[in-house]
Amino acid sequence: MQVGTGKSILNGIAVGKLKIYKKKDTTISPAEVADTAAEVQRFEAAQQKAIEQQTALYEKALAEAGEDIAEVFNIHAMMLEDDDFVDAIKEIITGQHRCAEYAVKTAGDNQAAVFAAMDDPYLQARSADVIDIAQAILDILQGVDNASLQGTEPSILVAEDLAPSETVRMDKSLLLGFITREGSSNSHTAILARSMNIPALIQCKDIQDDWDGKMAVIDGYNACVYVDPTPDLLKSLKKRQQEDQKKQALLQELKGKPNTTLDGKTINVFANIGGMGDVGAVQQNDAGGVGLFRTEFVYLNCKDYPTEDYQFEAYKQVLESLAPRKVVVRTCDIGADKTVDYMKLDHEKNPALGYRAIRICLTRKDFFKTQLRALLRASAYGNMSIMFPMITSLRELQDAKAVLEECRAELAAEGVKMGKNIEVGTMIETPAAVLVADELAAECDFFSIGTNDLTQYTCALDRQNAKLEPFFNPHHPAVLRAIKMTIEAGHRHGIWVGICGELGADTALTETFLRMGVDELSMNAKSILPVRKIIRSVDLSKPSEKA
Amino acid sequence: MKEFQYTVKDACGIHARPAGLLVKTVKGFASTATLEKDGKSCDMRKLMALMGMGVKQGETITIKVEGDDEAAAAEAIQKFLSENV
Repeated sequence: MQVGTGKSILNGIAVGKLKIYKKKDTTISPAEVADTAAEVQRFEAAQQKAIEQQTALYEKALAEAGEDIAEVFNIHAMMLEDDDFVDAIKEIITGQHRCAEYAVKTAGDNQAAVFAAMDDPYLQARSADVIDIAQAILDILQGVDNASLQGTEPSILVAEDLAPSETVRMDKSLLLGFITREGSSNSHTAILARSMNIPALIQCKDIQDDWDGKMAVIDGYNACVYVDPTPDLLKSLKKRQQEDQKKQALLQELKGKPNTTLDGKTINVFANIGGMGDVGAVQQNDAGGVGLFRTEFVYLNCKDYPTEDYQFEAYKQVLESLAPRKVVVRTCDIGADKTVDYMKLDHEKNPALGYRAIRICLTRKDFFKTQLRALLRASAYGNMSIMFPMITSLRELQDAKAVLEECRAELAAEGVKMGKNIEVGTMIETPAAVLVADELAAECDFFSIGTNDLTQYTCALDRQNAKLEPFFNPHHPAVLRAIKMTIEAGHRHGIWVGICGELGADTALTETFLRMGVDELSMNAKSILPVRKIIRSVDLSKPSEKA
Repeated sequence: MKEFQYTVKDACGIHARPAGLLVKTVKGFASTATLEKDGKSCDMRKLMALMGMGVKQGETITIKVEGDDEAAAAEAIQKFLSENV
């Protein structure tokens, strides 16, 4: 087995036979021509045909890859008409008495060199476009047809480089992936490969001619290609590929579509995140926002109390990356069961029922204010809502709000910019909160139901205890009833109610929650599209099929 | 002669796509138009030259239009710029 490395174009797997893709070597004669007028006409005819080709390529790319990418070929068509480029070509023909091929190659190389010499990477990449259009005219002048170079069976192409037009021109059913020795991630070829979802490896210097015909796997996740992979490696990568394809299919079908039932009810489907590392997945899985931003990472990642500035930078980064999407931030939810030595939390017999979360914050006011100040400062950079965990009484909510207000007033006096209209909500994760939900709803802007803890406290059961498995019912009617009560209490006071615990991702309950009137479901990013699928297939105006 | 300045707002600056459309806009008029930035200038009918100017977000360019239909041309160019870059 040989391994080649390079730069990966996308996170995907391609499995197939390698095919070396080499264009016919057509030398260009620098010989002089007598009839320059005829030569100019030859060029103009080829130029027109090339422009028509670009239009055809535009249509093909539009269907296969989308508007943004297809645009490249519009650009190419415009470049083919550029006065300077065309004048340069004609000047070489008439002034130097050369054939059209020579003139086009020379003018093309010159213009490409001008772009390649620029500082801007975007413009440097455009030099490849110039080479591409010059080659398009040359192929027409020389009567070259590259269509057969792909062969007759699906393969992974191996080439020195691939021009964007070559990539689009190819028969996609035969193109499993490609590997090139040159290329840039900025190039239109790379952009095309990404949007056509073709795994590709560029800048792979390990390419060898004897690779032709061998079995290979492009591992886009690790930026390498395995030639003649071992059976085990092949098996595991093929499995990965199947998972990818399933995900892709789902994405294609559901991305960009609203979370609307058949009878027109729309809810928010958000993602749960724990830090900057999860932000990419939020966008990839088309979450409308973040329904739970766990902030414990700032505390767990440090050897000592994180400063206000440190926290501010961390929160700002996340809010900015996701703006204008809403991000619901949960204040510190640490307890004795999470090791954070510097906080010097006493060992407890019952940490689940102990000194944790809002209880720590309300008794260590400076600690709480540091986080709240950092959050308020960060709120200027995105769309932030705040919620307090582990609330069991109205008094706790009022006290927490008072500290927040104190911070807000301080920062305002300091002239610090903060976000406007920051929603302040409560997590409902204790039976007490459920039973006083009416009182709580009157004094906050939203509820988010933490079903994990709510289930444990309501059923008096530790989910980590394997012995209790026979007694554990994730869909316990008591929990579902508690959720219903919470939603109804919230709505009596005109506030929105969401679910951010694991049950939010449970597709067996999506319809139930919709019928209860939930306004938002927040979950791990991977579950978003599957939940959207359910939402879009439900008709709330028809009676439920369940008993 | 009509002259005006414009500060680019788009994060991508005047990249290939708007450059191409801008050239098309200018070619629709008889007047000549030049784009100036940092002492360098180019003919706005020339796509490659225009792209080569590498105009970025935040940079201020000076547009000069000269010809019989310069008023209409300048207005069209200004409209295009404010709507696209």
